[in-house]
Amino acid sequence: MLDYLISGISLGSVYAIIALGYTMVYGIAKMLNFAHGDVIMVGGYVSFCSMSYLGWGPLPAILFSILVCTLLGITIERMAYKPLRSATSLAVLITAIGVSYLLQNLALIIWSSSPKVYPDLFGGVEPVMIGETRLSFATIVTILANIIIMVGLTLFTNYTKIGKAMRAVSEDKGAATLMGINVNKTISVTFAIGSGLAAIAGVLLLASYPTLQPTTGSMPGIKAFTAAVFGGIGSIPGAMLGGILLGVIEIFAKAYISTQLSDAIVFGVLIIVLIVKPTGLLGKKVSEKV
Amino acid sequence: MSKQEVKLVNVPSPNFIPERDLGKPLVLETNHLGIDFGGLRAVDEFNIALGATEIAGLIGPNGAGKTTIFNMLTKVYQPTRGTIMLNGRDTHNMTPAQISQAGIARTFQNIRLFDKLTVEENVKIGLHNHINYGLPSGMFRLPKYWREEKRSHEAALKLLDIFGMADLAGKEAGSLPYGAQRRLEIVRALATQPQLLLLDEPAAGMNPSETEELMNNIRKIRDDFQIAIMLIEHDMKLVMGICESIAVLNFGRIIAKGTPSEIQNNPQVIEAYLGTNKERG
Repeated sequence: MLDYLISGISLGSVYAIIALGYTMVYGIAKMLNFAHGDVIMVGGYVSFCSMSYLGWGPLPAILFSILVCTLLGITIERMAYKPLRSATSLAVLITAIGVSYLLQNLALIIWSSSPKVYPDLFGGVEPVMIGETRLSFATIVTILANIIIMVGLTLFTNYTKIGKAMRAVSEDKGAATLMGINVNKTISVTFAIGSGLAAIAGVLLLASYPTLQPTTGSMPGIKAFTAAVFGGIGSIPGAMLGGILLGVIEIFAKAYISTQLSDAIVFGVLIIVLIVKPTGLLGKKVSEKV
Repeated sequence: MSKQEVKLVNVPSPNFIPERDLGKPLVLETNHLGIDFGGLRAVDEFNIALGATEIAGLIGPNGAGKTTIFNMLTKVYQPTRGTIMLNGRDTHNMTPAQISQAGIARTFQNIRLFDKLTVEENVKIGLHNHINYGLPSGMFRLPKYWREEKRSHEAALKLLDIFGMADLAGKEAGSLPYGAQRRLEIVRALATQPQLLLLDEPAAGMNPSETEELMNNIRKIRDDFQIAIMLIEHDMKLVMGICESIAVLNFGRIIAKGTPSEIQNNPQVIEAYLGTNKERG
């Protein structure tokens, strides 16, 4: 029972970190970046290649993949989304799906469709035993990383100049720009942070589920998006709560009900939550002024 | 000051008050400014000059194009025709953010505060370009971060103190009463350290005693910060009380320019705008 809870929280932590990317970009640029899941996959491949082909240690490999994904996020935003800043949200959404397929197919060309086995990051480390419960090192690192990221991001958005600018842009782009805030730069920073986090999420995901292929990012991406909506899209604590709940529900459904039905159950819960509370668990109701 | 150092309004000029030598350097000068929306000439031939530390009023019936002019000055709209010179610099092709950095700040007719941010954070958004630390300092909380945040905190409180609002610093801006929100918008605009402050109906929704207080505060802001102020207002007591020069707009064109007393006695203005007086009398 406790085993399941902990692996649920661990999986949920990965979802939460990915969900942050969705929720921040949505909050600030008011768009759904469906290519976000595939940035995770790119992060996975970059760290995989640096470790398996270049023989780097895990830490430099992770840092390098964060760097690559950050740059990738900024590039995607500049090239695909920035020209559509004043376009309809539907056009941006379709573009995001296009970018998603582009990344998947590029990965298919570069790395082929055959799955790669991700190296065991924490090979030598013994699992920690708490009573009867086994805690693998990957689980501990994932949960810790999640906590650090959440605290760090909250401090960043609440107490730094750029964080405050991000919140201002999210509320009223027009007023923010008239206060001298460079909205494009703020959006770029948001994409950079979201994509950097996606790289971390990719490594953590592959540390526990070590199969890497071009579609690796899509399912966790969709689930994390679900988690963001579940918690209230646009809200950072919402992404955290939604991610962890989703992970726990998924693992429990797998353990006690049915492995095949687990995804159906996860999305079923989402539908029920959205019927009861359309803005998500922590989402605030926005009343349009008439 | 010798005449060579300051740019004076040419006499005769198409500017704010042609016959008058301002004796001050110009902050803002517009020439043949105009904008079309489709086939509609919303504003045409808008020519004014505004001296440093001058308080000017822009009045006219609803729909005359007053807010449209503010939107052109701050580049929310790109003008179709004409030029805007800010401190002798052409603002052609500038973005609203660049205009803010170049020295124009504004408030809005319908209040546009960042409701979910605190009062202090709203002011700090105004201070954004005057807080000097980059992304790395902010992420890793280097000494520079603490120094600059402390400085901006003090600056924000000092600005809030203009309206005696320092004790509201921690409140959410959206939770403030209406009058306080209007005042906070002015503080936020001042935080950008402008040379020209545009106030769009600052007294809207205020009672007479609040309006009286606002008038004193506008004068005080001009004196303390040594900036020019241009305001749109329907409250004639306020406009006539504090403006040194007034332009009257009707159907997108200036129909009269002058001092308050000249405007009050201008038959065209009385017909177009103050016509209600005639009907009553």
